[in-house]
Order: sequence, then C-alpha cells, then structure tokens
Amino acid sequence: MSRLVDWPVGKLTSVRSRESGNPVLYFLALGPRFRGDERKFGFALAVFLLLVSPALAQDKKSPPRNYGIGQIATPEQIAGWDIDVRPDGLGAPPGKGSVKDGEKVYVERCAACHGEFGESAGRWPQLAQGKGTLASHDPVKTVGSYFPYVSSVFDYIRRSMPFGDAQSLSNDELYAVTAYVLNLNDIVDDTFVLSKETWAQVKMPNRDGFYDDDREKSEKAFWNSKPCMKDCRGPVKITGHAAVIDVTPEDKTPRKGGVD
Amino acid sequence: MTDSNDDAPKPETTSRRRFLAGAATLGGLAAAGAAQAGNPKNLPPNVADWSKHLGDGVAVRPYGHPSKFEKDVIRRDVQWLTASRESSVSFTPLHELDGIITPNGLCFERHHAGIAEIDPDDYRLIIHGLVDRPLIFTLDDLKRLPRVNRIYFLECAANSGMEWRGAQLNGCQYTHGMVHCVQYTGVPVKVLLEQAGVKPAGKWLLVEGGDAAAMNRSVPLAKALDDCLVAYRQNGEMLRPEQGYPVRLVVPGWEGNMWIKWLRRIEVGDQPWYTREETSKYTDLLENGKGRKFTFEMDAKSVITSPSPQAPVKHKGFQVISGLAWSGRGKVTRVDVSLDGGRNWRAAKIDGPVFDKCCVRFYAETEWNGEPWLLQSRAMDDTGYVQPSKDDLRKIRGVNSIYHNNGIQTWALKASGEVENVEVG
Ligand code: HEC
Repeated sequence: MSRLVDWPVGKLTSVRSRESGNPVLYFLALGPRFRGDERKFGFALAVFLLLVSPALAQDKKSPPRNYGIGQIATPEQIAGWDIDVRPDGLGAPPGKGSVKDGEKVYVERCAACHGEFGESAGRWPQLAQGKGTLASHDPVKTVGSYFPYVSSVFDYIRRSMPFGDAQSLSNDELYAVTAYVLNLNDIVDDTFVLSKETWAQVKMPNRDGFYDDDREKSEKAFWNSKPCMKDCRGPVKITGHAAVIDVTPEDKTPRKGGVD
Repeated sequence: MTDSNDDAPKPETTSRRRFLAGAATLGGLAAAGAAQAGNPKNLPPNVADWSKHLGDGVAVRPYGHPSKFEKDVIRRDVQWLTASRESSVSFTPLHELDGIITPNGLCFERHHAGIAEIDPDDYRLIIHGLVDRPLIFTLDDLKRLPRVNRIYFLECAANSGMEWRGAQLNGCQYTHGMVHCVQYTGVPVKVLLEQAGVKPAGKWLLVEGGDAAAMNRSVPLAKALDDCLVAYRQNGEMLRPEQGYPVRLVVPGWEGNMWIKWLRRIEVGDQPWYTREETSKYTDLLENGKGRKFTFEMDAKSVITSPSPQAPVKHKGFQVISGLAWSGRGKVTRVDVSLDGGRNWRAAKIDGPVFDKCCVRFYAETEWNGEPWLLQSRAMDDTGYVQPSKDDLRKIRGVNSIYHNNGIQTWALKASGEVENVEVG
C-alpha cells in the first residue's frame, strides 16, 4: 500500500492514460473486460482515496470510469477503415504509380467529369490551372493553385473518387492518378513516379498559402460592449437588389404583399 | 418535434381571419387580409365541413406528418449551385418556423455523396490511433453509455456564402437556411475517449464518416473533450438518415462541416491531417490570396425571418418582427433591430430559452403604416462580439472567402408589403 501515498490526486478529470503520469486513472479506467482484478482494486482504491483525500472528495467532476462497453478493435478491422494520409506521408499505403499509368486511369475514370486536362467538364470541379489567381477578383482554386499538400489530394481521391464509385481504385492506380493530376498542374514532370519514397519530393505551390485563424486579433473591432444605437451612420442607400439579379429558384412561397 | 403531429386539418388561417375580423370591428383597423376569402360554407354562422364528419382514426397515420395545408413548408435547393444533387444542399424554411427548435424533417441537408442508409445492426464506430486500447462500438454499445441532452445550432460555414458580393438570393431560406437547431442525445466524446485511454502525445482527432464521401476533418482534442458529442438522437427520435443516422458528431458552435455524419471512425493523432475539407474547402481566402485555416467558430449572427421575402407583410398596423440569432462562441445576450438600414437600433425581446451555442428567438413589436423599411438585426454574444455589417466584414475579408459570412442582412419592405433582399451602402 505504500505506493498509494505517492499517487497524485485531484486530476481525475484527465482523460489521459497511465503514460500521462496518473496511475489512478489507469486503474479506474480498466474494465472487467480488460482486467477484472485490477478494476476491483481500482474501485477499492477510489473509495479509499475518497475517504482520505478531502481535495478529491470535493472534486465534483466524476472520475473517468470504464463501463466495460465496447470491444477491442483488431488490427485487421482497423486496417480496413484506416485510410487517412497525413502531409508527412503517415498512412500512405504501399504501392506506386507513374504519370503515364495515371493518364490511363484518369481518362477512363475521371475525365468525364473533370475534363481531359482537369479543366472541368460542365459544372464539375476544375482540378488544374488557376495559378496566380488567388488574389484576383475571380480566384480559381485547384489542386495546383490551392491545395497545400499532396496528402490533401491523395487522401481525398482515396476516400471519395471517382464520385459514385468510391474506394474502388487499387493503391497503384491511386498513386498513378494522383501523379497524373499533379502533372496536369505542372507540379511533377512526365516521368515522375509517385510512391511513399518520392512523396516528400513533391512541392505544392500553395504550401505556404495558409495561416491560422486570427479573427480574435484581426477582427478585434467586432468585440464592442457598447455598439452604437442612435444616428450610427449617414443616409442609407439601396445599392443592390436580389430581385434584379433574379437567380432565386421559383418556389410556391407567396411573395406579393397583401397590402393595398 | 414536428410542428404538427395532429393531422386533422386545422382552421389555422380561418381563426386568424376571424380574429382579424374581430379586430377590424373593434378597433376600426382596415384588415386587408379579411379580403382573402376562404370558403364561406365553413365560416360562421355556417357549420364547417369538419364539424360534421368523422376524420381519420388513430393509426391511419402511424408516423404523424404535418397538415396537408402545410405542404409548402419544405426544404428547398438551388439547382444551379451544384453539378449534382448527391453533393449539394437543401435549405431550412426559416421563414415558416418560430421558436428555436427546427423540426427534424426541415433541418437543412448537406451531403457530399448522397444519403447513406445504414442498417443499425451493421453500424460500427472504431476509436484508434494514439490510444491504449483501440475499441469498436456497436450502436447498442453507444446507447448503453451515459448520455446527455443538449440543444445546439448547427450552421454550415457556407451559409450566406452566396451573398459576399451583394444581395443575391431572395429569401431567408436561401440566404440563411443552412442552419438548424435541435436537441441532441448522445455520449460525450470524452467518455468514449476515456474508454480507449488517450496517450499523452494525442492532440488532434481525425473524425470520419461512413458514407461514400468518407468526409474527414481534424478536431483539436481539447474541443472534443470540452463539449463534443457522439449523438444518435435529434429531438428525441433517432437521427434522420440525412442527418447521419444512426450516429453523427456534434461539435457545438463550430462549422457544420466538422459535425461528421454517419460517423464510423475517430483516430487520435498528434497533429492535424490537413484533409481536403480543411484546405481546398473550409479555408477562408482573403484579398491578399492567403487562406485562413481552422476558422472553426461560427461568429454571432442573426436574421429576421418574418417579414422576409418569402414572408411578406399582409396587414398594416401592429407587427411582430421575428427572427433567429445564434453564436458559436457562447450565449446570445442581445439582439438589436433597425428599421432604417442601421442608422438607429433598439433592443429586441428574446423569448424562450437561451442556451450556449444555441439559437434564440427574438421579437420586436411595432406598427407599420406602409412606409418603406430597411430591416436589419444584429446579434451580440457573451464574449462581447457584435455581429458586423457586411461592409465592415468585407473591409477585412474581401469578397472571396465563401465561408463565414455573418454580416448583417437587410430586407427592404415596400408599401405593398413585399419584402426584398437588398444591399445597402
Ligand atoms: C461523376 C463525376 C466525377 C468523376 C467521374 C470523378 N469526380 Fe472527382 N469530383 C466530383 C465531384 C462532384 C467533386 C466534389 C465533391 C464534393 O465536394 O462534395 C469532385 C472532387 C474532386 C477533387 C477535389 C477538387 C477540389 O478542388 O477540392 C479531386 C482532386 C477529384 N475530384 C479527383 C478525381 C479523380 C482523380 C477522379 C478519377 C479517379 C475523379 N475525381 C472522378 C465528380 C467526379
């Protein structure tokens, strides 16, 4: 029992495990499904701590508890669903694909919507061009002009493209078609082969195009405990009419006022 | 919580008319609405049809639906917005609703690969990554865990996104209808993570949907532990398929895209993933060509739902201006209303409950005698944030950011009672 006195208390709301340096939590977090004896011990321990520690007794937040509900997920189960890939390549599957092979996949599986050169067929998303437009009046956001990381493209195609036939590409096809989309954007040359090994060589043009939300600083003026109530501005003019633009769908709502 | 589980056709308009007719005689007010006929056979002194015959019995409508006279109270979409209806949006008919709760069948929809139909027996949630014990839960498992009930608004970050360059869509359903507010029942994410035991290096979660878009977003662990829920009910009943049946993530106050529907997986990691949905989409492009990322909170916002273009004014005289306000940063503390395009303001009355990161209903009672109004509302929250004018917002953000347009809306009321979405300068 001598270990007990060393145990830190009062941080019981932490969600973290033993490695966070809070062994109390670890024991309390063990359920019968995992380790029955330890759980009983944990319970006895909790009662003991409640008795000996006024600080703990005052802690109104309930300690983490294991309910013994849920099963251990097996590595096989996880592998089937764990399809995300990070900018550093973590999660990238084995395999590889060349721009050349990617062209075939693209023409067969993607071009009908995204256009032969990624220019978009009809109103489907455009995947290429748009370089230098981000600061213009009509920014064109594409893989080449806007996406910051290869993973942002690769992970997305992997999980949801082709639209309507998701998760149907083999890993090699996925690498190849991603390489081809990069090539359409002049990011890699015609001989490029994308794989885990070459992943880090790809430099996305807009990689540094983003910064963290700074509204609390840049929009500080919007926090104002005494907003103006009277004579807050000069004469008000109508400068635009939605009815003139006339893009609202016809619907059955009554729009005419009934006042004579 | 649908409007009307009682399906007997209700003489709602009739009773209003009756009231107005009374008011006309009493107060001598010209009630223009009394002119709208109705069927004299059903009006006093005649005995109405429904007073004589039996209606449907019980169980004829085992799942009740609104009165047939409310058939135009529906979600609507704007077809030119998207190439396909499977990746598209439908809008809540805000102009037809009151109070703060959105009926389940009217909650706006946004899907990226259509509505997944998941057999609850085949539902699984996996929690893995930087945890001590990767776990898999069935729906039954989730329902056995401790649960909480919370009412939150959910707003798509692109709500009002079509209005950055000026007044475009004529109706609050289209300008503001990507918001809804329901009561969720679910398990705090914290409880689930406690079952798995998060390793000290864990800082972010990847949350992922089970539909054919497999929508994935990074959520800071701190937010998840603070107030996120894994929800399976809305307004008491199981989630609607279009809202993620059987399980969705609830990320209070933060942009709707993060509230992953058909939730199938939570992975704990030590850094964000920079998925397509938080880079190519849901970043706010500013005038200088740089994008703000991880703009999670939905800033305070409000809109007058009546009068509005789809809810014109039918009578002169006493008016209740009604609207909805919300803030992703906390509680709405006040809503002001202006009748003159923002020159002068007065505080509206907030009626009904006021919760954190939840819609509030506001009313301003006044008289209207046919003069032109430029109606506006502005919300304030308990962090001191005041909803800005569209121009003030554009000065900082430009017009290219698509997302997070919480600027003050202007409705022009004309002498006829017609209302139009306008831009003022
Ligand atoms: C049936 C039409 C269709 C086909 C075929 C198709 N896509 Fe798409 N693609 C879409 C739609 C629709 C979206 C946007 C979906 C959304 O955002 O909800 C999209 C989005 C994308 C995006 C993200 C664009 C951006 O700017 O964020 C990429 C990259 C992409 N598709 C690549 C591919 C690839 C590669 C293929 C072939 C393997 C493919 N698509 C096949 C319709 C299609």
